[in-house]
Amino acid sequence: MTYIAKPRLLADIQPRNAVGFTRRDYEGRVSTLCAGCGHDSISAAVVQACFELDLEPHRLAKLSGIGCSSKTPDYFLGASHGFNSVHGRMPSVATGAALANRELTYLGVSGDGDSASIGIGQFAHAMRRGVNLAYIVENNGVYGLTKGQFSATADKGSKSKRGVLNADSPIDLVALALQLGATYVARSFSGDKDQLVPLIKGALRHKGPAFIDVLSPCVTFNNHAGSTKSYDYVREHNEAVNRVEVVLPRNTIETSYAPGSLRRVVQHDGSMLLLRKLGEDYDPTDRIGAMNHLHERAALGEIVTGLLYVDEGAEDLHRHLNTVEQPLNQLDVIELCPGSAALEALNASLR
Amino acid sequence: MATLATPAICATNDFVIKFANVNGSGSASANEMFARAIIRMGVPVSPRNIFPSNIQGMPTWYEVRVSERGWLGRRGGCDLMVALNAQTWDEDVAGIDPGGYLFYDSTKHVPAERLRDDITVIGIPLTAICAREFSDPNQRRLFKNIMYVGALAGLLDMDLAVVEALIAQQYRGKDKLIDGNRQAARIGYDYARQHFPAIGLKVTRASAVGDRIFIDGNSAAGLGAVYGGATVCAWYPITPSTSVVEAFTAYCRRFRTDPESGAARYAIVQAEDELASIGMVLGASWNGARAFTATSGPGISLMQEFIGLSYFAEVPSVIVDVQRGGPSTGMPTKTQQSDLLACAYASHGDTRHVLLFPEDPYECFEFTAQAFDLAERLQTPVFLMTDLDIGMNERLSRPFAWDDARAYDRGKVLSAEDLEAGKLPGRYEDVDGDGVPWRTLPGTHPSRGAFFTRGTSRNAQARYSEAGSDYVYNMERLRQKFETAKGLVPAPEITPAAAPARLGVIYFGSTSPAMREALTLLAAAGIDLDALRVRGFPFNAEVESFVDGHDAVFVVEQNESGQLRTMLVNECEFDPKKLVKVLHYDGSPITARFIAEAIAEAMNTPRLARTKA
Repeated sequence: MTYIAKPRLLADIQPRNAVGFTRRDYEGRVSTLCAGCGHDSISAAVVQACFELDLEPHRLAKLSGIGCSSKTPDYFLGASHGFNSVHGRMPSVATGAALANRELTYLGVSGDGDSASIGIGQFAHAMRRGVNLAYIVENNGVYGLTKGQFSATADKGSKSKRGVLNADSPIDLVALALQLGATYVARSFSGDKDQLVPLIKGALRHKGPAFIDVLSPCVTFNNHAGSTKSYDYVREHNEAVNRVEVVLPRNTIETSYAPGSLRRVVQHDGSMLLLRKLGEDYDPTDRIGAMNHLHERAALGEIVTGLLYVDEGAEDLHRHLNTVEQPLNQLDVIELCPGSAALEALNASLR
Repeated sequence: MATLATPAICATNDFVIKFANVNGSGSASANEMFARAIIRMGVPVSPRNIFPSNIQGMPTWYEVRVSERGWLGRRGGCDLMVALNAQTWDEDVAGIDPGGYLFYDSTKHVPAERLRDDITVIGIPLTAICAREFSDPNQRRLFKNIMYVGALAGLLDMDLAVVEALIAQQYRGKDKLIDGNRQAARIGYDYARQHFPAIGLKVTRASAVGDRIFIDGNSAAGLGAVYGGATVCAWYPITPSTSVVEAFTAYCRRFRTDPESGAARYAIVQAEDELASIGMVLGASWNGARAFTATSGPGISLMQEFIGLSYFAEVPSVIVDVQRGGPSTGMPTKTQQSDLLACAYASHGDTRHVLLFPEDPYECFEFTAQAFDLAERLQTPVFLMTDLDIGMNERLSRPFAWDDARAYDRGKVLSAEDLEAGKLPGRYEDVDGDGVPWRTLPGTHPSRGAFFTRGTSRNAQARYSEAGSDYVYNMERLRQKFETAKGLVPAPEITPAAAPARLGVIYFGSTSPAMREALTLLAAAGIDLDALRVRGFPFNAEVESFVDGHDAVFVVEQNESGQLRTMLVNECEFDPKKLVKVLHYDGSPITARFIAEAIAEAMNTPRLARTKA
């Protein structure tokens, strides 16, 4: 029930972060999703990530499309402006918002239907255009609000709750994001908070298009035997390439790992990603290697998770457009209007 | 010259010349120079491009009406045809008014049966002369254009110095081009003077242009967006609106580049489609930037869902619609006023939108700038309803004007200080009685004013609500807001008849110049009409009282179904029988002759005949 605000009784005794907020300050309204929905875990991960990043809630804008996933921004960051836009079109709204004010942090939340089916065009163009946006797809392979139809990420051969086999090839948004030029690409699982929270933190601090595909089982319509997006299936087939820790510029590195197993990647804003390698040698700065790895593992039936690719030299749309440092929405008539003298000169040249 | 079957047309500063060219042959700039030369001589002209949806090879025409009296509408007919396209030769020759003139390139012999005996034929071997005078193949091709301009100047008794001055201006800094073009113009001029007597059509110096400027409406709208403070533009290429954004881009580079850093005080994104264009506009406007898109009919169709969101979530947006012929792909390079209903009631559910109807480049500039104030004041979509005729033809227009004391009206936006002081109206609450709520922009205050924008129903505090009463409150407030808009959109322009009239006429947009001329034609025929030019929607009280004050009112439109009339009936509940349709919709700009004849004919019907004084 979204109209019921959460009680704030414990606010005084909760720990505060560096900007003076408690974890509760990053929460939103009570979720209306089904009990056990993977999306609620992702919302909790967003709350934790923003708290740990010391983000002021009002300096973040959350945008979404339509669907179960797109409802979730109401359930976290209640002190942030949110925009629940139209189906499949969150990326364009986020692009416009990011153009208007380059100083805020933008979080886009979408689903597999919203991004891979109706919205695949906007997804693709936001990636290639370099919008400075942390883009999370809460991927459950089905339409929840309309009761269980397959989405475009459903695997070929997977079975719906009603027993229908999906004959269409799936769209892998991670593979697309890599191909289209996203500069931060990750996959995670809503049931693995330890992996997910740092990935969201890294994405929020990334300057450029950061994409995270989060497998998020639908407990009502896609958590049965024969589904490839169920809790059981994802747990069994999850192959993480690395574990990430995000270190803010002002913090010292406390983690200690065995030499050689740790990879450091410094992002544009000075934050550092510490990547602990798992298993074989995986280079997250090699886009082509990432694509190969992804496809090889997918052929073996594995779901590759972790930070798959990050570009240390990422650039965003503002850089491409060479816009002024001051946010465009703060410019006034003095900076924007050429005035009457310029107009007179222009008139004279048109006679 | 042989005696003609019909006497040759004789007219000074009052005729129509039409250039028939091949698309992509480089003729456009020469034709435009010809039109400018006449303006420089103090005689008003109104040129119109009649062009195909094609890059190269298909027929294209440029029609120049010369009118010292200042009539800028399309006249119809053709007194002098400059026939330079073999593909359309027969049609072009047939289109000349009896007694008119044919100018052509006589390098290739044209048999007599493909000419006419009631027109004066002037053949100049342009291709042969160019081949003789110039060695470079490109020059041979391109200088042919400026050569016929020179020849026409000779035939029409124009001052060649004016053409030469324009050449110098156009190619400033490229001396080689100036010399070659001047030489070509001079050759054409001399050839015409030596081989032909002066013809019956003449251009003489006059002083009927005044301080007017010569520019197309799309450039004016692009400039209006710069002056109006637009910082974000998202668009998708579509004829005939593309040049709005091209102009905006060029003017931004010139006026909005930070002198120190060289950085841009604007962001222009060519989106992947019109859905993304309008989505970006909404995102930027929601976040407090002035944002717009420019499109045409098919783009409007694609934007429908977002337009509804803009209306219902109350996010400002500015949409420039340069109308073309529809439905479907329709006539992409022809003009119409046929998107009125598609824009006025765009999107599903109950929606009504603010429309502005500019008549010329001056109003394209002014109304575009105003559109941003209106969109932010009303927190709603605002459409600039222009069309191909205004947008893609250069038109003599009042000079642009700007008052440096003018500030942007950013509407009801709560500042951090307001929020800190405890000013916290509900996002969708009508606290001022005008139906317009207060909004906050993202990032304003650490703990106050944030809300969740959505297209689903919500209560006055912006919280999700499916309660019927919350929905009804919201819709009634939106209706109140539309009432408020009536007092904010530009008022109509009323031109009373010379004598008290029982009949009126309503028109708008690009019909304006033809309508003005038609009113004088009709008055001369004893038909006096009071005229009202609609400049904005919703219609304000003056429109209602105008219709109420007349026995019958003609509604002149460039569409097939009478869309403005439908809106008048729908919004003001007029008796439909009182509003008489005058419709022109073949894709060409409406003419004074058409309007005058249609109204004169309608006057013969029994019902209207009774209203004659």
